[in-house]
Amino acid sequence: MNYEILIPLLAAAVQSGTPILYATLGEIFTERTGILNLGVEGIMIVGALSGFLVAKITGNPAVAFFAAGLAGAVAASLHGIVCIIFQGNQVVSGLALTILGVGFANYIGAAYVGQAAPGFDPLPIPLLSQIPGLGPIFFRQDLLVYLTYLIPPLMWLFLYQTRYGLSLRAAGENPAAAIAAGVNVVACRFVGVLVGGFFIGLGGAYLSLAYTHLWTNNLTGGRGWIAVALVIFAFWRPSRAIFGAYLFGGVMALQLRLQASGTQIPSSLLLMLPYALTIGVLVLASWRRGGTDEPAALGRNIEPVD
Amino acid sequence: MALIRIVKRQEPLGWGSCFVLIAAVALSVLLGGAILAIGGTPPVHGIVTLFQGAFGSRWALEDALIKATPIFLCSLGVAVAFRLQVWNIGAEGQYAMGAVGATWIALSFPGAPAWLLLPGMIAAAMAAGGCWGFIPGFLRQRLRTNEIIATLMMNYIAILFLDYLVYGVWKDPASFGFPMTPVFSDQAIIGRIGATSFSWGLTHCLLLGVAVWAFMRFTRLGYEIKVGGDNVRAARYAGIPYDRLVMLVMALSGALAGWAGFLEASSTINRLQPSIMAGYGYTAIVVAWLARLNPLAIGVAAFLLAGLRVGVEGLQLDLQVPAAFGGMIEGLILLTVLAGGLFTRYRFAFKRRLP
Repeated sequence: MNYEILIPLLAAAVQSGTPILYATLGEIFTERTGILNLGVEGIMIVGALSGFLVAKITGNPAVAFFAAGLAGAVAASLHGIVCIIFQGNQVVSGLALTILGVGFANYIGAAYVGQAAPGFDPLPIPLLSQIPGLGPIFFRQDLLVYLTYLIPPLMWLFLYQTRYGLSLRAAGENPAAAIAAGVNVVACRFVGVLVGGFFIGLGGAYLSLAYTHLWTNNLTGGRGWIAVALVIFAFWRPSRAIFGAYLFGGVMALQLRLQASGTQIPSSLLLMLPYALTIGVLVLASWRRGGTDEPAALGRNIEPVD
Repeated sequence: MALIRIVKRQEPLGWGSCFVLIAAVALSVLLGGAILAIGGTPPVHGIVTLFQGAFGSRWALEDALIKATPIFLCSLGVAVAFRLQVWNIGAEGQYAMGAVGATWIALSFPGAPAWLLLPGMIAAAMAAGGCWGFIPGFLRQRLRTNEIIATLMMNYIAILFLDYLVYGVWKDPASFGFPMTPVFSDQAIIGRIGATSFSWGLTHCLLLGVAVWAFMRFTRLGYEIKVGGDNVRAARYAGIPYDRLVMLVMALSGALAGWAGFLEASSTINRLQPSIMAGYGYTAIVVAWLARLNPLAIGVAAFLLAGLRVGVEGLQLDLQVPAAFGGMIEGLILLTVLAGGLFTRYRFAFKRRLP
């Protein structure tokens, strides 16, 4: 494959990997506090719709992007209420949230299918975009992509280098010990769910505001579930999430290019690629579960009995 | 200090949990009405239309029963897996593979007699669906792969595979370009019971429901599933081959969903086409959880949620409410029922003030 094809493909990989990266980072943050949120797909599509609608009404994509994050946090709070306060099963609650979110977004969005909204366009960074190779791949993207370059290091700093991060991780590793040490575990877990939901909502908004610029039914198309898988692939570490997200972005971009090139392979078989890859990646990551940072109390509720 | 204390219940709540269930469903309907209002539909009129459309006529009840058939079978399979605490989210894909397997036999041997063809279709559907369940079970036990994600991804793959077949190699040349296989031969179609609009598939549900109930209640394997679901370590310690049990249950779960795919293709649609995928596999998860994995209750819940689907179709026709409204209500019901579980497992007592 020659240079003129490879560079645009890699740039497209970064772009289509970005929504998955937002969602994966959000889910990592949530799972670190011990809450397994399988509602990513539902939260993401609610974020996508909210971003689209706010952009359409206000005409301001930045406001829309932030509003999508808030909508994601609100959607995720349902999972928090059901699991943290009402002690519901986390697996089933997340599934319910996905069913609810997808239904809600398709219901409200039905009147807007195919309509466009103002969004984000590529904004090359002056000097950096001139670097051969790296420049066109990483620095001729839109603003929201640049934002994701900052989040993993900041999230790492917060989780590993601050007291609050330590409390959040303690809530996911050993809630009983954390409670004994005076940590408000319920608050920690709620923060995890809400902040995680905020980022997942942003991931959805990337799809409607920067990736497609318009609304269609089932816009997320399983990306939320891929993000859930990538959390495992990333060993629950923000830095590793980047590689996973761009790998999937690459496969999605490649698949689209193959379709556009008029290949003989039927499109339904090409569309299978990302899903099949998810299983493959998951098998590889799970094979030897050494060195992961999987929270020990992930998915387990805290008994409210005193 | 809080004045209310939460105490774990010693014995199950019994009829009280029925009340919690009804309250949860009522709350979901209320919230659904509010969302209807957001969408610009008069809420009270909408809810009344929904219920009338669902249960208000003989035709609606019949349609609900027809739609309940695949949901019931998928849900039975899901429930057996959930009982073992294995999260099979893949009923949708296993159902698709079942329909594909049955269609393969139906298209390959259209001239075979019905007594040979129908069992062959069932066997192929069970094998295909069972395989689709076994693979994630195998990956889970041998390679420690998360079964939730594996089953979900296999749903997408199965649906795309079905698309590939009906858009490509199996497409009916006489379909004017529509993605569908030719209509099955008469021998491959399950007929209706007498003059009713119900197919003999209903009796399959009855038999399989009783079989699964008896399997869980009276057999050694059923007992082992319950033990394994309650405590994996205890099960292993007691010598239960847990790994094999998980793979078997996943295959069984998939085979039941596959059977549902066979019934839908053979008795309802009479061919294979993309519209066979109506999300029954996901509704089945809601049903299994509502029914607390009990086969009889699954029958009731499957009928009610199938009724909801019929009602939403009416809502779509009469008030132009988007079809996604149904999925939303299902999600709401599941969330509220989960939240209501707190009241069935714990009770609230006032704290006595210290003197």
